[in-house]
Amino acid sequence: MSVLLPPGTQAPDFALPVTPDQKLSLSELRGKPVILAFYPADWSPVCGDQMALYNEILPEFQKHEAELLGISVDGVWCHTAFAKDRNLHFPLLADFEPKGAVARAYGVYFEAAGISERALFVIDKDGIIRWSYCSPIAVNPGAEGILEALEALEK
Amino acid sequence: MSTLKIPVSGQDHVQGNAKAGCTLIEYGDYECPHCGAAYPLVQQLQKHFGKRMRFIFRNFPLTQIHTNAQAAAEVAEFAASKDKFWEMHDLLFENQDRLGDELFAELAGQLSLDPGEMHRALKKKTFTDHVRTDFTGGVRSGVNGTPTFFINDQRYNRPMDYDTMVQAIEEVLAG
Repeated sequence: MSVLLPPGTQAPDFALPVTPDQKLSLSELRGKPVILAFYPADWSPVCGDQMALYNEILPEFQKHEAELLGISVDGVWCHTAFAKDRNLHFPLLADFEPKGAVARAYGVYFEAAGISERALFVIDKDGIIRWSYCSPIAVNPGAEGILEALEALEK
Repeated sequence: MSTLKIPVSGQDHVQGNAKAGCTLIEYGDYECPHCGAAYPLVQQLQKHFGKRMRFIFRNFPLTQIHTNAQAAAEVAEFAASKDKFWEMHDLLFENQDRLGDELFAELAGQLSLDPGEMHRALKKKTFTDHVRTDFTGGVRSGVNGTPTFFINDQRYNRPMDYDTMVQAIEEVLAG
């Protein structure tokens, strides 16, 4: 049984494909706050889908100089098509092989369904998790928790 | 539980009895099909509750997936500046599949608004900040998609069908 990594924990580093020929590692972003948004799958059928919402809110995240990364077990080609269709302006990482390894490391892999939970982490510029939250899988958690966490980083 | 962070104020578009026991707020996007589907639902609720409920609409355009959503919101705000908000709000939803400059000009004409003045207001971004302020306020309140409803300041998380919403509002009215 995995447990959501709590605040105060060093965020496990990872390097995941972000395009068919490029990887992105968490440690490359050291020096800036990072928002990790784990979500179950691309192509959620609703307009208010979580990634579309974050895409709209991106300017608010950028006020805090934060980098947003979306992560699911979908493959990189799937992410590419999804990002293009939804006009997303932030990277989607493919936690595809070994499947869900990063989700497991963060304690947010939903074993029975073979997908990631809907979980959020705000990581500070030194790579420490400062806020984490796991939402019921059917509930889009919105962004107010992320914004409050980013504000708290600056206090 | 997400709670409304931006209290109802004079900036809001309010329909119905100011002293109603229940306030229903919608954060919506004129181009969102789910909001389009919720439009007749809200009307049914208004009819059912009459003076016991007031309704407020705030803007939450998802501009990256809905290319006309921001302009439509500004068109409604322009109409609001001429005391025609609800007329425009209704017409936009009723013509949701035709959103665009041509429709906006046509609707302005229908409401005896000056389409030229409206076009200039959009071009000068007169109402852009107003719409963005609604949006960011919604984010702070936990709006997580469109439509999102609040019933007396609490986000409504249950299914968006008539019977379930009637029941939720009855519960709030019963205190």
